[in-house]
Amino acid sequence: MITYPFEYTRAQSLDEAVALAAAEPDAKILAGGQTLIPTMKQRLAAPPRLIDISRLSQLSFIRRDGDALVIGATTRHADVASSADVMEAIPALALLAGEIGDPAVRHLGTIGGSLANNDPAADYPAAALGLGATLTTNKRSLAADDFFTGMFSTALEEGEILTEISFPLAEKAGYCKFPNPASRYAMVGVFVAKTKVGARVAVTGAGSCVFRVPRMEAALNADFTSEAVAGISVPADDLNSDLHGSAEYRAHLVTVMAKRAVEAANRT
Amino acid sequence: MTTVTMTVNGKTVSADVEDRTLLVQFLRDELQLTGTHIGCDTSQCGACVVHLDSRAVKSCTIFAAQADGAEVTTIEGLAPDGRLHPVQEAFREHHGLQCGFCTPGMIMTAVDMIRRKPKLDRQTIRAELEGNLCRCTGYQNIVDAIEAAAQQMAAIKSAGSVA
Ligand SMILES: Cc1cc2nc3c(=O)[nH]c(=O)nc-3n(C[C@H](O)[C@H](O)[C@H](O)COP(=O)(O)OP(=O)(O)OC[C@H]3O[C@@H](n4cnc5c(N)ncnc54)[C@H](O)[C@@H]3O)c2cc1C
Ligand code: FES
Ligand code: FES
Repeated sequence: MITYPFEYTRAQSLDEAVALAAAEPDAKILAGGQTLIPTMKQRLAAPPRLIDISRLSQLSFIRRDGDALVIGATTRHADVASSADVMEAIPALALLAGEIGDPAVRHLGTIGGSLANNDPAADYPAAALGLGATLTTNKRSLAADDFFTGMFSTALEEGEILTEISFPLAEKAGYCKFPNPASRYAMVGVFVAKTKVGARVAVTGAGSCVFRVPRMEAALNADFTSEAVAGISVPADDLNSDLHGSAEYRAHLVTVMAKRAVEAANRT
Repeated sequence: MTTVTMTVNGKTVSADVEDRTLLVQFLRDELQLTGTHIGCDTSQCGACVVHLDSRAVKSCTIFAAQADGAEVTTIEGLAPDGRLHPVQEAFREHHGLQCGFCTPGMIMTAVDMIRRKPKLDRQTIRAELEGNLCRCTGYQNIVDAIEAAAQQMAAIKSAGSVA
């Protein structure tokens, strides 16, 4: 139940959504609602207006574009998980989407909502950073390295709407997460990729925001095997400590998940 | 207020609702379809699962206004003429419920998973039940029921396609 009133508007076009968002700075974009609605119930957010973009068919697509896979912002997790195009181009991405939450969450939640929300334990940010994706909004394009700026924060400006995400195809990619047994969010999740410009390693769940591990990347550039990362650990100092696990435990999991992600990548 | 119109269990319904009305409130309070339960209201338990345009969703985590124009099926819609759906029958047969509070959501989730994955092994059934919590049964009999229903429905389907 939501205990305070607000107004709901279903945008008929991206332009209308952008105009509505510009006209009312406190309004919020509603996509799958799988984060925003629970947040509103807890009153962690109380926007006066929701602008629903989830029915905009122009933002819901999966398209192969040369050496990249482009996914529209309102594409549901279930559609990414079951897409033959994603499975062929970047199987790790389809598998990652299929491990988000549960079937009902995957039927409504969207890739754009997940990336815009940038939950420290969300899965998609690891794929976007791990593959070096480009995120496009109604205004501009941003590299994943510049998009995720901190805990629940991104480079998106007020009223800016994410429209599509372009993932460069990788020679190999793998994702492995240790899910929290209750929520399925990542205690620690590691995405590794052997890209055209070198190896990339992105870690979610462990810190306040998804981050890369340059030492593991250097080791994988020399030798793309799980043994190469086995001896590399990240310092526990800045990692999350909560009732689910200590920072030291998470630091340990980063190395274990990284090894398994490399093994998964080498199997594809 | 917003006027919402949708098809619920095959019937077109229309009502003026406050924008903050969740789909589950619309179903239970406006339409008196109280088979859909609210267990947690925090998107975790799955007692509120219904089908929206043929996909299982948590009706406590979507506004009624978002379902405007959509087709919704609730547990009441599975047995329109009073004859139990094969999944309902299997839950009865295999004792897949005790208090019954989680059952509507379990059954709607089961029907959805059988439609998407006609070949279901027990591990897949358990993974697909990730978003449905039961405080009573220990899940064993729920998994038995879904496994049996999936097999029975596959048999009916293949018999149908031969005839
Ligand atoms: C029970 C449960 C389990 C979950 N488990 C996981 C899990 O294991 N892993 C995981 O990664 N996630 C998990 N989630 C979160 C889920 O993936 C959400 O779907 C996702 O985080 C948000 O996507 P959404 O489309 O639902 O966005 P919404 O909830 O609609 O929006 C989230 C935020 O993003 C903004 N936003 C949405 N779309 C855009 C856009 N295109 N441009 C700009 N801003 C936008 C909104 O204004 C809002 O602030 C879980 C959720 C639940 C309820
Ligand atoms: S009442 Fe909707 S998930 Fe529990
Ligand atoms: S039968 Fe009681 S909660 Fe499942």
